[in-house]
Amino acid sequence: MSLDYLFRRWDRVWELTVQHLTLTASAVLIALLLAVPLGVIAARNPRISTPLLGVLGAIYTIPSLAFLALLIPSLGIGRRPAIVVLAAYAQIFLVRNIAIGLRGVDPATMEAATGIGMTRWQQFIKVRWPLALPVMIAGLRTATVTTISLATIAAYFGAGGLGTLLFEGITRDDPNRILAGAVAITALAIIADALLRLAESMTAIARARRAARG
Amino acid sequence: MANQRAALSSDSNTATEIRIDRVIKRFDNEADARPAVNDVSLTIEPGELVVLIGPSGCGKTTLLKLINRLYDPSSGTIFIDGTPSQSLPGPELRRHMGYVIQQGGLFPHYTVAENVAVVPGLLKWDKARTAARVDELLELVGLPPGEYRERYPAQLSGGQQQRVGIARAIAVSPGTLLMDEPFGALDAITRGRLQVELCDLHDRLGQTIVFVTHDIDEAASLADRIAVMREGRVLQYDTPLNIIMRPADEFVANLVGADDNMRRLSLVSAAAVMSPLEIGEPIAPDEPIIDLPVRVLPVLNQLLESGAPRVILRDAGAPVGYLDLAAIQVASVPRIQTQSTS
Repeated sequence: MSLDYLFRRWDRVWELTVQHLTLTASAVLIALLLAVPLGVIAARNPRISTPLLGVLGAIYTIPSLAFLALLIPSLGIGRRPAIVVLAAYAQIFLVRNIAIGLRGVDPATMEAATGIGMTRWQQFIKVRWPLALPVMIAGLRTATVTTISLATIAAYFGAGGLGTLLFEGITRDDPNRILAGAVAITALAIIADALLRLAESMTAIARARRAARG
Repeated sequence: MANQRAALSSDSNTATEIRIDRVIKRFDNEADARPAVNDVSLTIEPGELVVLIGPSGCGKTTLLKLINRLYDPSSGTIFIDGTPSQSLPGPELRRHMGYVIQQGGLFPHYTVAENVAVVPGLLKWDKARTAARVDELLELVGLPPGEYRERYPAQLSGGQQQRVGIARAIAVSPGTLLMDEPFGALDAITRGRLQVELCDLHDRLGQTIVFVTHDIDEAASLADRIAVMREGRVLQYDTPLNIIMRPADEFVANLVGADDNMRRLSLVSAAAVMSPLEIGEPIAPDEPIIDLPVRVLPVLNQLLESGAPRVILRDAGAPVGYLDLAAIQVASVPRIQTQSTS
């Protein structure tokens, strides 16, 4: 086993990496659009939050191959059902951290925000959201890394991406393809993780905490 | 410094009158039927520093929050300079009333300067005016702007955070400053220092201050008038001297320690019971002198130690009055009033 395929077919690996990346990015973006309102609602209503997180957790436990197969009758194969499945899996990480982050803001800070004359919207945008941001970005990081790895499976149903190399490697008994795919997926996950950690550390509250540690 | 004082006093001579008229506040979720604030009426004159005091659950914080509409009254009206508070939107009203809570309630993700600039920002001041104002305020509360402007709250001590909280609250020169146990979490030395500074600030800026505490000592240091509260009602609303010397009932008497002479003398301000000096009255070179502000007890100690017939009291370097044993004796005889005043 060697990295021979990776170097020789760099163009193809790169093309599949771009596919993998756009698949993951679409899924995470769509997941975020859904998770932000759900997370805000869950943060405000503990009565909704427990059953909601329960359902989202249950969705995450559905085996991915089964989930994709279930969608064939309605959405067929390819990128579309893959994006739906990946976005659904990401919900639990996103909604949970958005809710925890927003709820975790010190009530005294919020009281001060009200007391000095901020409207509800200003309180949310200027105080609650920025203070919750590191926890929410941590959720986004978990969701993104998980999605990168899960997106591999989607290649089985024609969604493309780096999973293609893994399945080709299995059917053609070509371990170099599997290795090339695995290395690329891992690299993608590590880079995404690092970038989102950087984003976390650039939030205002993270800067403030760093300054306090001196 | 002289220029700053002039600039500050010129833009802040609009202290607010607060009239609380038969206000009742009932919380929906309250199991017992007793309202948190139960038929309270009191008038706070413009520029007065009024302390609301009482045990926890007495309604003092609720009453404070009714003033800036963090709560709305179940019945009754609060008039702000004659206008019912309900006629203004809450956020609008609150921007013109400074608000300080325990530990300052600073925004941890904002620098000191950004914290102080919040209310000017809400009122859409331009950048240059806000920046100048922030520096002026930090100077005023004893935090040199060059050193503290860019710090974060977590880099400050509790006392420094509280100073920033006060600077934030007075940033747009509000006519009212509401303070909810602002010094409660501070050590005794810092608390004492901030009490003195608050009095000084109040003398200079002259806005109306409503201050909540459960500490009678703090109330006696700060207040022009004290409202003693219990179970949602105001039991007595009077000067510190009258609260201490003429408590309206057993509860107030207990609060001020009326059965303990030393305790009471440690609360009464010497200025409140001193005899004035005649103009040109000679002071012997060996007469003991103490600077105001001071409580009666340290003056009594000085009297006993020196054996002198009286102690001269001095304000800002000039002798203004004296205390002798007879005056202190008067100050140490409490009378519970037969009729309660509120």
